Amino acid sequence: MSDSVRSQNSLVAVRGLSFSRGDNKIFKDVFMDFERGKITAIMGPSGTGKTTLLKLIGGQLRPAQGSITVDGSNVHRLRRNELFVLRKRMGMLFQSGALLTDMNVYDNVAFPLREHTHLSESMIRTLVLMKLQAVGLRGARNLMPNELSGGMARRVALARAIALDPMMIMYDEPFTGQDPISKGVLVHLIKSLNATLGLTSIIVSHDVHETSAIADYIYVVSDGKVIGEGTPTEIKQSSSEWVQQFMDGSADGPVHFHYPAKDLQDDLMSTGKRY
Amino acid sequence: MMDFIQTLGRNTRGSFTKLGRATFFLVQTITGIIEILPRPRLLLKQLYSVGVLSFLIISISGLFVGMVLGLQGFYILSDFGAEETLGVMVAASLVRELGPVVSALLFAGRAGSALTAEIGLMKATEQLSGMEMMAVDPIKRIISPRFLAGVISMPLLAALFSAIGIIGGQIVGSGLLGVDEGAYWSQMQAKIDFQDDIINGVIKSLVFGFVTSWIALFEGYDAIPTSEGVSRATTRTVVNSAFSILGLDFILTALMFGDD
Amino acid sequence: MQHSNTQDTLVGLFVAAGIAGLFFLALQVSNLSSFTEQKGYTITARFENSGGLKVKSPVSAAGVKIGQVSDISFDPKTYESVVKMRINAQYNSIPDDTTASIFTAGLLGEQYVSLEPGGSSEHLKQNSNIEITQSAIILEKAIGQFLFKSAEEKK
Repeated sequence: MSDSVRSQNSLVAVRGLSFSRGDNKIFKDVFMDFERGKITAIMGPSGTGKTTLLKLIGGQLRPAQGSITVDGSNVHRLRRNELFVLRKRMGMLFQSGALLTDMNVYDNVAFPLREHTHLSESMIRTLVLMKLQAVGLRGARNLMPNELSGGMARRVALARAIALDPMMIMYDEPFTGQDPISKGVLVHLIKSLNATLGLTSIIVSHDVHETSAIADYIYVVSDGKVIGEGTPTEIKQSSSEWVQQFMDGSADGPVHFHYPAKDLQDDLMSTGKRY
Repeated sequence: MMDFIQTLGRNTRGSFTKLGRATFFLVQTITGIIEILPRPRLLLKQLYSVGVLSFLIISISGLFVGMVLGLQGFYILSDFGAEETLGVMVAASLVRELGPVVSALLFAGRAGSALTAEIGLMKATEQLSGMEMMAVDPIKRIISPRFLAGVISMPLLAALFSAIGIIGGQIVGSGLLGVDEGAYWSQMQAKIDFQDDIINGVIKSLVFGFVTSWIALFEGYDAIPTSEGVSRATTRTVVNSAFSILGLDFILTALMFGDD
Repeated sequence: MQHSNTQDTLVGLFVAAGIAGLFFLALQVSNLSSFTEQKGYTITARFENSGGLKVKSPVSAAGVKIGQVSDISFDPKTYESVVKMRINAQYNSIPDDTTASIFTAGLLGEQYVSLEPGGSSEHLKQNSNIEITQSAIILEKAIGQFLFKSAEEKK
């Protein structure tokens, strides 16, 4: 697929993005496109600012340079209320689920509906039960968030994210810390929701296996730059040593096992300090 | 030495930017109140956790403070043969100072710390971020109702504290020590002025409620979203509230009771 | 929101208790009940010295409070203290030759105006003047005089 076709059909376009936190440059001149109706994954090791990218797309953070356009509007040029209108059409699934802990499952899913619509309680009930049915948790509606397992919490959060029928969903590390069954359930859910609701999905993850199983296109990010991109098969055949190390999960390679430190011998011989 | 000056400079700059953030936060919180007024249920829920749950500690403390005042006051006043003025002493101390101040300190410890921890944990667990991504302003939805509940609860709690304390003083004074009950009340009514004492006491507690809620909510909202960050923010809430309450009490007392 | 009914009740009770506390303070503890601008009339008395008398000091007759001092000013011509008193409307038959004296309640108590009715059939009205007054006893003066006297007696 040629680049121009991708950029024409993109819902989210990242252009020349730079962002830094203090002296730490998290992104340096990054270009990305997220195609409509497709699942695009951003992969890379922990701590490379993948979550930061989602927050930049959602307008919670401002880039130092460059622009991000979502459905034709530049996110960081919008006024606050315009941004809020846009956000109603974006769903985001946080790593922790970010469920409101003082409400049960039902009220959590009903929350965006109650905040943003004037629907009657019976309408809301129908919608909430449908969304919960979609994630398979209709029977758990009266549980409180602290009674849910991590995977269930994420599924409730997913039901909440699709409550307002958004045009896109951003998933922040959806598979981290899940048992194989929960992973399988989430993989299935992300794929089927994307297809049935006509969503555009952005997945941030470092779980190579699950992500490459559902992604249509993958960006591999490291050290603030895109170091590889393509369909899952293209990525697997990448010539970059780095991408190979990441996809195979080897302990040593271009990314070293050791955090930068001075020579071991010198370190052991120095006096040290008690804390 | 250079280090010290540098640290001083950095801290000064830090406190000013924090004060700036806190002011901006307060303005947003107050504008948010207008939007939650049509949704009284949000306020009601917070009145419960801020007000009702502080009710017991405030009532019991008020009773004991009043009883101690009755006891101490009696010992001092009986030296001058002025036991009849016990009511005045108890009521004036409570209504002017102890009611607003002690109940505000208890409020900061009971409700303020809970608010900070709650908001801080909501931040740490990305609930605030999540809300923002759902296009819901967390300041309006979460902070404003809690702030309003704090400002409403404080004068009510302080009034309860004073009222129960005065009754406690009467129980000890006329119940145990034999001060004439009629004198206890009539001397009090003659000396305690509605405007100068009661209204000023209520104004004090309104100010304390405002400041304590502001500090508690801001510290939670501004907390570093880790367990350590939230625990430090909670400590700061109690310490800063206590300082602000006592400092403001001095200023307000000087302004209110200055010229008699 | 399952427990919202009990919550409502408790919040209701809390607010009611708080307001009851405020009412208690206003009505039972403070002078609000006597403070409410009662109907009455103002009379004036001139004293050589009004001592520690203050605005809101009580005005009483035969030991019963019938009004309060509403204003104290200094007359630069006669060098007297002009004390205005507001008397409650129900006490409208006080003779116009009444005497006003400033006394102290107890040794350390506050000062008050005591009215001792005369025998006239005319009554005090709005803006009436009390002609016969007796100033406050200044403790230092009294003690000074006492010491002076006893010193003279010893001679």
